[in-house]
Amino acid sequence: MVTPMQANAAAISEQRERNKESDAMSEVEAVQAPRPELARVAQSGPTAIPKTAAKARVTARDVNVYYGDNHALKHVDIDIYKNEVVAFIGPSGCGKSTFLRCINRMNDVIDGCRVTGEINLDGHDIYARDIDVVQLRARVGMVFQKPNPFPKSIYDNIAYGPRIHGLASGKDALDEMVESSLRRAGLWNEVKDRLRQPGTGLSGGQQQRLCIARAIAVNPEVILMDEPCSALDPIATAKIEELIDELRENFTIVIVTHSMQQAARVSQRTAFFHLGNLVEWGETEQIFTTPNDERTQGYITGRFG
Amino acid sequence: MASTAVSDTHDWLSEDARRRVRRRHAADLRMRLYGLAAIGLAVGLLAVLLGSLVISGHSAFVQTKVPLQVFIDPAQVKPDNVGSGNYRKLVRDAFRDLLPGEMGRTEERSYLDMLSSGAPFLLRDRVLADPSLIGQTVTVNAPLADPIDQFHKGVTPRDVPEDQRRVSDLQIGYYDQLMERGLISAPFNWALFTAADSRFPELAGLAGALVGSFYALLVCFLISFPVGIAAAIYLEEFARKNRISDLIEVNINNLAAVPSVVFGLLGLAVFLGFFGLPRSAPLVGGMVLSLMTLPTIIIATRAALKAVPPSIREAAFGIGASRHQVVTHHVLPLAMPGILTGTIIGLAQALGETAPLLLIGMNAFITSEPGGLTDPATALPTQIFIWADSPERGFVARTSAAILVLIGFLVVMNAIAIFLRQRLERKW
Repeated sequence: MVTPMQANAAAISEQRERNKESDAMSEVEAVQAPRPELARVAQSGPTAIPKTAAKARVTARDVNVYYGDNHALKHVDIDIYKNEVVAFIGPSGCGKSTFLRCINRMNDVIDGCRVTGEINLDGHDIYARDIDVVQLRARVGMVFQKPNPFPKSIYDNIAYGPRIHGLASGKDALDEMVESSLRRAGLWNEVKDRLRQPGTGLSGGQQQRLCIARAIAVNPEVILMDEPCSALDPIATAKIEELIDELRENFTIVIVTHSMQQAARVSQRTAFFHLGNLVEWGETEQIFTTPNDERTQGYITGRFG
Repeated sequence: MASTAVSDTHDWLSEDARRRVRRRHAADLRMRLYGLAAIGLAVGLLAVLLGSLVISGHSAFVQTKVPLQVFIDPAQVKPDNVGSGNYRKLVRDAFRDLLPGEMGRTEERSYLDMLSSGAPFLLRDRVLADPSLIGQTVTVNAPLADPIDQFHKGVTPRDVPEDQRRVSDLQIGYYDQLMERGLISAPFNWALFTAADSRFPELAGLAGALVGSFYALLVCFLISFPVGIAAAIYLEEFARKNRISDLIEVNINNLAAVPSVVFGLLGLAVFLGFFGLPRSAPLVGGMVLSLMTLPTIIIATRAALKAVPPSIREAAFGIGASRHQVVTHHVLPLAMPGILTGTIIGLAQALGETAPLLLIGMNAFITSEPGGLTDPATALPTQIFIWADSPERGFVARTSAAILVLIGFLVVMNAIAIFLRQRLERKW
């Protein structure tokens, strides 16, 4: 019998293998002489980011969220580091999406939602009075559970953000931005001949990558992803996961996921939420192999959830 | 196991089970029949309505006419005073010339009564438009008077006693003579659409009412469309859901159910009484109608805004669009088909609305088309109301014809609404 925990550990090492393979395919020399950083990754896993290099981009202190009288999120303290992927896991209704939506203040548009505590982005409280929520959302992008491209052309989907924030001066600059965003989202080759066709005509996986491209077009610092693969098939999911790994180089990524395998594959750190509490957070490998809390252990081994 | 025990003991083919299936099928069939019967009833009543309108109204779409060769005598029409020439004499002489032979004084009067009293005005209008016609002979296709018109169309039968019909035996004799010479024709009655109201049914048309309705609807649209959309956007996108917004919502829904005559009284008291706006004007008519259309547009717009999926709003918010950008760039364009559909249906209701227009005096007798928003005018429904009140036989047919025209406009407007909904609706 393979225990779920072993399966998770297997998923991690499998991801490592996949990374090596894909690197090997693209760079022949890597097969002969593995690059030093790859070797290091192979030794200590994707979570091994030197503590000194990791700088907290988002810090949350004593964050509470209330929907009316319902105390949905209780006393959350967490740091989210630069150029890392943080996965939020936990059973449905545990508050992980709620917390995610606090980071770009998407909860503001919900009637009766109240947030207390402090969330800092690069040291500035995002709930401070002088913070403009529109600018905040440009700095903290978001990708949603269901792919939600605008019912406009592929080009306009990407160009919308730069347009409203005045990021591109002139049509050429905008064209360039659209191309580079689509390239970074790994979608350029598939759509470069049909930029004027509606974004809603793409497949589900392509739509989700379009949404990621749309989010990165405004060059955010943090990208929040709310179960980005839950509506996708395994092949599209694999592509998105690969993409997330690439995007980590330039962005800080927070991903909410119901799939523990996915959390293990893509994230460096994992936070486990349960009944509105942040039970435990830390390096992904540690959470999946030696969790400190019984509830974490119970959840990742599939005893509840 | 317990779950299999049930299906073990239950026989799906037992007589009891079969009876249940039969009963269920019979109930399905009955429900379908009720629905079919209801639709049949509705369609049947509509067919009866349209059928009776067509039967009584079709004759108004043609007009009995005689061609007159009129010599415009410079002695009767002075070139320096074209407007006040003796056109009556010119037309009557030309009509008299159609039938050669002696007539006594009474006979001649009886004969001349067969020509519409409006014929001289038709000639005058032509000469006014082109004074160079003076001294020439022109052909005027002049309408015959209403009794002869009805007689020709078969509305007045030949075989009733003379004292029970408005055409005398003498006139029928003249009519037969004119028919023999092939002088009487019944071409399509363009005057129904190009002429304004008249005392004489053979001359009365809907032009004034059409223009009046157009102006009133224009004013109604210009007021209720922007105000309605702005109100709906505020209520749907900006207002917090609380007691006050609930109260406003209930009141708007109530307003949509207020009888239109109440809005008419309001218009009479406020627009005419307090602001002193002109009576019978399409401007005031449109303002009153917009009060009625406003709730319809607000409700339709709110429904259309609600139907825009929240994921589109989230996507726009998530990329850093402000509320105003979310609404104007995404929500409103997506809601537009629904908004337009609601607006057109609201305007179609307004087009058929009579009571408020009666109260502000848009049922006046006006023989010229309104030249502007403040000129006195009638509207289609009030014109129907006026004509339905008139005793002449010709107005009976014209009332039905006007109703058909009104229904035609409503059908066209609703068809546009359906077309817009299907054409512009997006799938997501």
